[in-house]
Amino acid sequence: MKKINFSLVALSAAALFAMNSCKPKNAGNAVNAGAAEKAYVAPGRYDEFYNFVSGGFSGQVSVYGLPSGRLLRVIPVFSNDPQSGYGYSEETKPMLNTSHGSIPWDDQHHLALSQTNGEIDGRWIFANANNTPRVARIDLKTFNTAEILELPNSAGNHSSPFITENTEYVVAGTRFSVPPDNANGDVPINSYKQNFQGTISFIKVDKEHGGMDIAFQLNCPPVDFDLSHAGKGKSHGWFFFSCYNTEQANTLLEVNASQRDKDFIMAVNWKKAEEYLKAGKGKKIPAKYVHNVYDEATQTAKSETKNEVTVLDVKELKDICYFIPCPKSPHGCDVDPTGEYIVGSGKLAALIPVFSFDKIQAAIAKKDYIGDYNGIPVIKYESALYGEVQKPGLGPLHTEFDGKGNAITSFFVSSEIVKWNIKDLKVIDRQPTFYSVGHLCIPGGDTKKPNAKYVIAYNKITKDRYLPTGPELNQSAQLYDISGDKMQLILDFPTIGEPHYAQAVSADLIKNNSVKFFKIDENKNPYVTKGEGASKVVREGNKVHVYMTAIRSHFVPDNIEGIKVGDEVYFHVTNLEQDWDIPHGFGVKGAPNAELLIMPGETRTLKWTADKVGIIPIYCTDFCSALHQEMQGYVRVSPAGSNVPLLFSTGKNMPKTDSAQKK
Amino acid sequence: MKNKLKPINRLLILICSLGLIAVLFTPIWRIELDAPQYPEGLSLSIHANGLKGNVDIVNGLNHYIGMQTLHNENFIEFTILPYIIGFFIALLILIAIVNKRKFLNIGFILFVLFGIIAMVDFWKWEYDYGHNLSSDAPIKVPGMAYQPPLIGFKQLLNFGAYSIPDIGGWIFIGVGTLLMLCVFTEFKKAKQKL
Repeated sequence: MKKINFSLVALSAAALFAMNSCKPKNAGNAVNAGAAEKAYVAPGRYDEFYNFVSGGFSGQVSVYGLPSGRLLRVIPVFSNDPQSGYGYSEETKPMLNTSHGSIPWDDQHHLALSQTNGEIDGRWIFANANNTPRVARIDLKTFNTAEILELPNSAGNHSSPFITENTEYVVAGTRFSVPPDNANGDVPINSYKQNFQGTISFIKVDKEHGGMDIAFQLNCPPVDFDLSHAGKGKSHGWFFFSCYNTEQANTLLEVNASQRDKDFIMAVNWKKAEEYLKAGKGKKIPAKYVHNVYDEATQTAKSETKNEVTVLDVKELKDICYFIPCPKSPHGCDVDPTGEYIVGSGKLAALIPVFSFDKIQAAIAKKDYIGDYNGIPVIKYESALYGEVQKPGLGPLHTEFDGKGNAITSFFVSSEIVKWNIKDLKVIDRQPTFYSVGHLCIPGGDTKKPNAKYVIAYNKITKDRYLPTGPELNQSAQLYDISGDKMQLILDFPTIGEPHYAQAVSADLIKNNSVKFFKIDENKNPYVTKGEGASKVVREGNKVHVYMTAIRSHFVPDNIEGIKVGDEVYFHVTNLEQDWDIPHGFGVKGAPNAELLIMPGETRTLKWTADKVGIIPIYCTDFCSALHQEMQGYVRVSPAGSNVPLLFSTGKNMPKTDSAQKK
Repeated sequence: MKNKLKPINRLLILICSLGLIAVLFTPIWRIELDAPQYPEGLSLSIHANGLKGNVDIVNGLNHYIGMQTLHNENFIEFTILPYIIGFFIALLILIAIVNKRKFLNIGFILFVLFGIIAMVDFWKWEYDYGHNLSSDAPIKVPGMAYQPPLIGFKQLLNFGAYSIPDIGGWIFIGVGTLLMLCVFTEFKKAKQKL
C-alpha cells in the first residue's frame, strides 16, 4: 500500500511538472527577430506616419511618430495646460468656457481626421469631450485648437466626433440620456423611460474654414448611444450608431443593461433628415450652449453663447432612423472601406455580426420589421445580417480595415487583435496584446483608402510592461507590422492619459503645411507691440497694461516701477523673433495662474494682481539663447496710494552712484 | 578698317550687355552660414540694390558679439551699383555700335577696374563689420575677429561662413571672360594685319 501511495505521489508530481512546461510562453517571446529594425527610425530622420492619439482623462491629444513611437507633441484641447499657458492666458481662456462657466478638464475619447471623398485630407482633426459634451477642431497647420462647440441636450458625448466622407457633418451622440435642457429636469431618476431622451447632434462643418455649427439634433428614444461611423461610398448619406441599455435601466447598468440578448445599431438616413429640415419640419427650441473660436489673425479666442437649436423628432418624422438588432451591448460600430459592411462588436458576445448595407436597404423597402422600439421600426436581424464571424475571440470592441478585404478587431477580454476576412468571415491571424486592448488604429483604417502598413493597439492595462512607477502606470500601446499575412509585434510604447480612439496618416499630408512661426506683420492682436520702440506701460485706473517685447535675450521694458498693491497688471508679451523654434517664456513670481509660452510673432497676455509690496522678478522660462539666464527683469510694487511714478525702461535704469562716477 | 571689330565679337559684346541686364535682377554674391542650431542654414544674398535673405535673423544674432546690424540704408553702394551696371550696359552697346577696337579695350579695362574696386570695397566692409565691435558685447573672445571670408569658407565661433558668387556674380565673371576673349581675338587679328 505504501509503495503504491509513493508511486502515485511521484506520478502526480511528474504530471504537474510536465504541465508546468506546457505553460504558454510569456510575452517577451512574442517578439520576433527583425522587429527592432522595422520600428527603428534613425536619429534625425522623420517618421513615416503621424499618429494622433486621444488623451482620455488627460483631456488633451497627443501626437506620436510611427513606426518609432516617439512622442512629438501634446496638443492642449479640453484641459488647461500651465506649460503653454493654454487656458491661463487672456487670449486662450475663452476656449475652455462652457454654459457651466470655465472648466479646466475633460475626458477626450475619439478623434477624426477631416476627409475629402472618403480620404484623409490633412486639414483638421476633430476631438470629442465626453464629460461636458463638446467637440473641438484642431488646425493641423499650427497644431492648435481652433474651435470648441458645446452640445446642448446631451450628456456623455461618446459617439463623437465621427465624420462623413466629405466632412459635411461631425456627429455627437449622447451616452447618458437625460431630460432635454429646456424641460424641467427635477424629476425622479427612475422616471427614465418617461422623461429622458437620447440626442444625436449633426454639426455642420464649413468646407473652407472648418467652422462648426449645429445643423440639427435628432430626438431619439432614451438609450446609451455608444459609438458610430458614417457610411461611405454606396452608404454615404447614412450614419450608424451602436447603442446599449435598450433595457432603459437607470441603476446598476452592469446587470440591468445586460439583460436583453440583443441591443441595437441605429441606422440614420441623414439625407432624409436634411430633407425634413429643408421642408421646415425642424423645431427651434431654446437651449443654452457656447461656441468658442480662436481667431488666428487676432490670436485671441472669443466665446459666444447660443440660445437656440433646431430639433427633428425621429418618432414623428418617419424614415430617418431604423434599429437593427445587434448581440450583447454593442460597442464598436465600424464601416468597411466599400461602405457595404457594417461591423457591430457586442462587448459580451462570442461572435461578430456583419451587416450588409444592401440588405438593410432591401429590408427597409420590404418593411421587413419585427416591430418597433419607442416608435422606431426594428429591422429583422437575419434580414440585415451578411454573416457572423464565429469564435473570433472574447469581448470584441473595435474594428479597423486594411483595404485588402480584411478587418482587424480588438478583443478586450481575450486580450488580442484578430485579423479576419470580410467576405468569408474566416479568422486569418491572431496576436496577443499587453494587456486588454481597447481601441486599435490602422492609418486611414476607417476611411475609403486605408494605408495598412501598421496596426496600433491601445491597451487598458499595463502592469509589467515597463519599469514600475508606483501604483500609477502609463497606458501601453503596441505597434504591429501588418504588411504581411501574419501580424508582427514590433514596438511597445507608453502613452499619455488613457488613449481611446486614434487616427494615423502619412506624414506627407501634414508635414509640409506645418507653420514654422507667425509673421509679426500679420499679428492683429489688439495688444501687440511691434518693435521695442513701441513698448509702453499704460495705467487705466487700477488696471495696468504692459506692452512688452521679447527677443534674444531681453524684455523691453525689463524694469517697471509705479505698480501698486491691488493693481491688475496685464503683461501683453510679444515675441519679436521671426525665426524657427525660438519661443520665449514668461514667468512672474507669485503669479497664481501659469506661465506664458509665446511663439515667434505671437502675443500672449498674463493677468497678475499685485498682492504685496516688494520687488517681483520676471524672467524668460524657455532656454532661448546663450544669454537666456540674463533674460530677466524686475517689477516694483509699492503700497496702494503710493506716489511712485510709473516708470519703465530697459538698459537705462542705472544706479545714481554709477552715473555720478561717469560724470 | 583695321580698327573694326569682328562681327562675332560685336555679337558677343551685345550678349554681354544683355548679361549685365540680368545681373541687375539676380543675386550677385551669397554668404551662407550654418551652425549646430541652424541645421537648415541661414543665407545673406547681395543684390545690386540691397541685401536679401535672413538679414533680420543675422542681425538678431550679431548683437551677442557686438557686431553692427546690417541695414541697406547704410550702404551707399546699393544706391550707386545699379547705375554703374547701367553705365556698363550702355557702354557695351555703344562699343558694339561704334565698332572700334580701341573702345573695346578701354571698356574692358574699365570693367576689370570696376571688378577689382568692387571686391576691395566688399573686403573693406567685411573687415569693418568683423573688427569694429561694440565694447558692450556680451560675448568677447580675446583676439577674435568675425570678418567673413572674401571667397571660400571660414569658421567664426559656432558659425561656418561660406562666401561665393551667386548667379549674378557668375554672369559678371562670364561677361569679363567673354570681353577678354574679344580683346584677345581682336588683338590677334590686329597683329596678323600688321
